[in-house]
Amino acid sequence: MKIIEFTMLVGASSLLAGFVGSLTGLGGGIIITPMLTLALGVDIRYAIGASLVSVIATSSGAAAAYVREGFSNIRIGMFLEIATTLGAVAGALLAGRISTGAISLIFGVALLYSAYAASRARHEKFHDRAPDPLATRLRLNGSYPTPGGPSAYNVQRVPAGFSLMFGAGVLSGLLGIGSGAVKVIAMDQVMGIPFKVSTTTSNFMIGVTAAASAGVYLGRGYIDPGLAMPVMLGVVAGSLVGARVLTRAKTQWLRIIFGLVIGLMALEMIYHGLTGRL
Amino acid sequence: MATLLPKWTDQYVEGLIGTLLQSGVIAASAVVVLGGGLYLFRHGLSEPQYHVFMGEPTDLRSVPGIIRDALAGRGRGIIQLGLLLLIATPVARVAFSIAAFAIQRDRLYVVVTVLVLAILLYSLASSQG
Repeated sequence: MKIIEFTMLVGASSLLAGFVGSLTGLGGGIIITPMLTLALGVDIRYAIGASLVSVIATSSGAAAAYVREGFSNIRIGMFLEIATTLGAVAGALLAGRISTGAISLIFGVALLYSAYAASRARHEKFHDRAPDPLATRLRLNGSYPTPGGPSAYNVQRVPAGFSLMFGAGVLSGLLGIGSGAVKVIAMDQVMGIPFKVSTTTSNFMIGVTAAASAGVYLGRGYIDPGLAMPVMLGVVAGSLVGARVLTRAKTQWLRIIFGLVIGLMALEMIYHGLTGRL
Repeated sequence: MATLLPKWTDQYVEGLIGTLLQSGVIAASAVVVLGGGLYLFRHGLSEPQYHVFMGEPTDLRSVPGIIRDALAGRGRGIIQLGLLLLIATPVARVAFSIAAFAIQRDRLYVVVTVLVLAILLYSLASSQG
């Protein structure tokens, strides 16, 4: 295979990665990494570099639309970014000192359960919950567009959500993937934030977390321009399509897609934990 | 201050942040397309070598090296410069949010955002050192 064919192939798959990544709030890494390593035989270190580029591209590409249309909650995002960026620094310090195999395995099993929990239908009435004093003080409550007009929501259990976000940051510093999943699950399942607000706010946040790690991996020589070029361009195009679809999609469908992707990711993590590969 | 237009409502700030992110992505993509075109034109018919990890040459690992390579008209250097713009976009978004919250007189979120930017810059600086 010549470079030009390789570039076309990677670009086309990245289109799908950007689409799914922006629709689920997970970034494109879950698709990019196995596609490059398993299907195209790319070394894992180049794949990690490309995957980080794809996360930043998905995040910034789709966020413009999500922020403007009022889906992403900027205050929730900024507040929780303290926890994720701190966690990412801690994870980078821990990297190399503890075995990632066991962590991958535990994380994979936890994700399998989350895939089930997140894909179940839940009631989407958020305004009937009493406002939490801490969330009110932090001005985290908001409203988002629905077919029936703007719908208000009250954020719950801020400390638990904040702690989980720290965990999400540690995972992303340690394993390179998985932070988007924990972010969405924490907001959706723990903090009681509407699903579309959870995924689009996660999408808004993952760019910052990934940018912090991208500096590290650029310095280590993991980011290859020839590989990152088709990944970035494909992912940007895919994320723009994803952003258009999300605003109109039924929440229940988004939950099912999210559950499927998380389930796939859980299997990837378990495989990685058992074999040390991927 | 009351006559200062436009009003910095949350919605107005969201619009500005959207524009900032969009501009960053467009600028980065344009540079990557330019560099990618040169790279494919010169090397498109050779074989990719990604199954063995060799690491990037030192030029493509640091900001000054990348700028040098890009100015020399090397395709890979220009792509890498576009990727730097992409990485800088979320950082610029955080920096801009500080100014926006300050204009809104939202002191709590100025502090929150300054904290995020500080951690982010610490992480980026320690990686280049």
